[in-house]
Amino acid sequence: MRAFSRASRIAVSSVAVCLMAILAMGSSYSAARYSDLGHKMICMCGCNYILLECNHVNCPSSGPMVAELRGDLNQGMGDYAILHAFEDKYGATVLAAPMFTRFNMIAWILPPLLLLLGIAGTFVLVRRWRRRAAAMPPIEHSVGFHAMREKIRRETQL
Amino acid sequence: MPTFGSFALLLALALSAYTLLAGGVALRQIATGSRSRIAPERLAETARRAGIGTFVATTAAAFALVWCAFANDYSVSYILHHSNRALPGPYKFAALWSGQEGSLLLWAWLLATYGFVLRMRHKVDVKLTAYASTILAGVQLFFLLLLNFAAMPFSLVSGPIPADGFGLNPLLQYPEMVIHPPMLYLGYVGFAVPFAFALGALMMRYPGEKWIHITRRWTMVTWLFLTCGIFLGAHWAYAVLGWGGYWGWDPVENASLMPWLTGTAFLHSVMMQEKRGMMKSWNVWLIFSTFMLAILGTLLTRSGLVSSVHAFAQSPIGTWFWIFLIVVMSVCLFTFILQRDHLKADNKIESLVSRESSFLFNNLVLLAACFTVLWGTLFPILSEYVVGNKVTVSAPFYNRVAVPIGLFLLFLTAIGPLLAWRSSSFRSIRKNFVLPVIAAVVMGIVVIVCGVHPWTIFTTNQQGEFYSFIAFSLAALVVTAIGSEFLRGAAVISRNTGKNLLAAMIQLTRRNTRRYGGYIVHFGVVVIFIGIAGQAFNQSREQELALHQSMSVGPYRVECEGYSEDTNPNYDSEYALLNVYRDGKLVTKMAPEKRFYSASQQPQTMVSNHSTLAWDLYVIYAGKNPDSGQPIIRAFLNPLVAWIWIGVAIIVFGTAVALVPNMSAALAASRVRVAANPEAVTAQGGD
Repeated sequence: MRAFSRASRIAVSSVAVCLMAILAMGSSYSAARYSDLGHKMICMCGCNYILLECNHVNCPSSGPMVAELRGDLNQGMGDYAILHAFEDKYGATVLAAPMFTRFNMIAWILPPLLLLLGIAGTFVLVRRWRRRAAAMPPIEHSVGFHAMREKIRRETQL
Repeated sequence: MPTFGSFALLLALALSAYTLLAGGVALRQIATGSRSRIAPERLAETARRAGIGTFVATTAAAFALVWCAFANDYSVSYILHHSNRALPGPYKFAALWSGQEGSLLLWAWLLATYGFVLRMRHKVDVKLTAYASTILAGVQLFFLLLLNFAAMPFSLVSGPIPADGFGLNPLLQYPEMVIHPPMLYLGYVGFAVPFAFALGALMMRYPGEKWIHITRRWTMVTWLFLTCGIFLGAHWAYAVLGWGGYWGWDPVENASLMPWLTGTAFLHSVMMQEKRGMMKSWNVWLIFSTFMLAILGTLLTRSGLVSSVHAFAQSPIGTWFWIFLIVVMSVCLFTFILQRDHLKADNKIESLVSRESSFLFNNLVLLAACFTVLWGTLFPILSEYVVGNKVTVSAPFYNRVAVPIGLFLLFLTAIGPLLAWRSSSFRSIRKNFVLPVIAAVVMGIVVIVCGVHPWTIFTTNQQGEFYSFIAFSLAALVVTAIGSEFLRGAAVISRNTGKNLLAAMIQLTRRNTRRYGGYIVHFGVVVIFIGIAGQAFNQSREQELALHQSMSVGPYRVECEGYSEDTNPNYDSEYALLNVYRDGKLVTKMAPEKRFYSASQQPQTMVSNHSTLAWDLYVIYAGKNPDSGQPIIRAFLNPLVAWIWIGVAIIVFGTAVALVPNMSAALAASRVRVAANPEAVTAQGGD
């Protein structure tokens, strides 16, 4: 029992180490991080474009914001720290999608939750209908019923 | 002409009010069996004719506005703000829908046109059409009230009349803008017809499913218009907005997507009602929701409720739309509660593994997608209201939440057609699914070998490649499933008739156009998904180019041959002439441009695009460096974009096929005609 729990602890620790390694690999990818973070923010000139997609000539906002993002990346700041810094400076609307915090969590959770509930509800409903259908007396099969059904199936495939 | 236009609108209002009142009274009298001085049938007929009159009056008003645009009548405020003398003719025509008042007039005119067709074809079912006509008159009345009292297109300019107009928004001065809005509006407005039929059928407790047969073509045509409208809009955004993409999850784009999603769900689930008498309440609510979402879309476009790049059509008429939405919702709810016993299903789903279940899940997923889009669009307002903090909900949210739902839908597209009605046995599932699953696995391996690394989702926090991998694999699954359906049926015909496989496939499609047309539409959807999947591999570069200097993007080398300026009465422009080389050979010449429109004093990007099946080389003249005077060029390499537009063409073709009557039905109909009037047919034949 003790050996088993020790093995489980080792397995859990290994998974945790691997996950941390994967996350650390993510933060070392600076070009990808630049693109990723740049696509998580909105240009604040009022154009409503994603920061790295703003195409306005001499835009007063996108240039300085991109420079700021590069600066933060060069300083070795983490993704969340950079996003928070931008949010503090420009307001919550600078983020292209709400962060996974407090009230904003509802934005992320509700659509998949409703879908899952819908799927579960459908399963329950269909099972209930099936049970009711099973309670009905079976249709009497005449001679040649299966052959006829097979023929109908074949023909209705067309 | 403005006086004529205003009078025509007032007349249209009076006529539609009469259609609603007289139609309502006549139907009430018919339903209760009460009689008055005028027979209810005669009263209903006068209402129908008044409805036709509404079309004539609304057409006159629309004509008057277009006339004012072409005559440069700047005494009309709308024309002053949306046109100018130098504006080319087609854009003067497009001025009709370029602003708030004009686009509402277009709404009213299209609704009147749909109403006209419906009233002319009233003999299909006189009583049901009378109900639908009266309900449409109610919707028409709302839009005509708006046009007469809240958003008047013929209001006059106060004070001296300017010599020239302020011009059309440059974003709208693009050929597609002449067809994109009418197409979208044909879709939005068109859903009013199935809505009216559904509500009418429910009000009169219409027996059977005939109303669905009557509205099937209306719904499909409307859906097709909306599909084309959405993708024309996407193409316009791609070609005009100049950010390298075609879908920005802007609230107004979302507004057009929502009724499309519920309309698509309706098109699928009505099949269950037709074939098995199931999901009657669900279908009624689907079409109610589709119509209400079309109204909500119009509200979002105009009210300024959410911030959008479509800022040219905002105004404070939101209250009118809210009231209308509440009225429509109340009428629908009241009628449903009153008549819900009429919507009892004839059958129930017997197995989770059946065609019915797949339709149910397909509907569920489409509605979940619709809810996600609605939720994302309205969440900023909710957040501001609840926590006093406005947030932005844009592409990253939809990419994480809506894209997986879309991929699940693609998966169901593969599964559905392979399942039998009522119940599928394990044997038939195994038989039908082996090949598609093998195709999906092989495609997955091929995609990985070609350099797509889905596991980057774990290392770079970017989902693009992972989603693309799933999309390509599912595409193979769906295409194989559709292909095997065609081949299986064609093989039987080929065996029985001795025809070759292609001829057998054509015959197969003609025998059941709806089913096989639907498969073609599914194939089009797959092609679109492939095109969208390419987005994960977009590349871009921006560089200042001196004369004969070049930059490389993907396999292309873009060399600056020259740059210059031009001017004409409508706009001034700066452009660069670029030579594009691949492997040292000249492939094409490109001329991206920046325009500055004189009347509106607004700049506009003119993208230059070299499109191939593999990728688009999409080049923008980003501007001129003020220090060096040299052009700054931004180039994008967007893989597989052309597939999206090809997919839309396939969808149009598939829908057209589905609209054609089945060969056996057409033959039967012609036999009936011959039996009914043999002489006429002989005479025709003699011609």
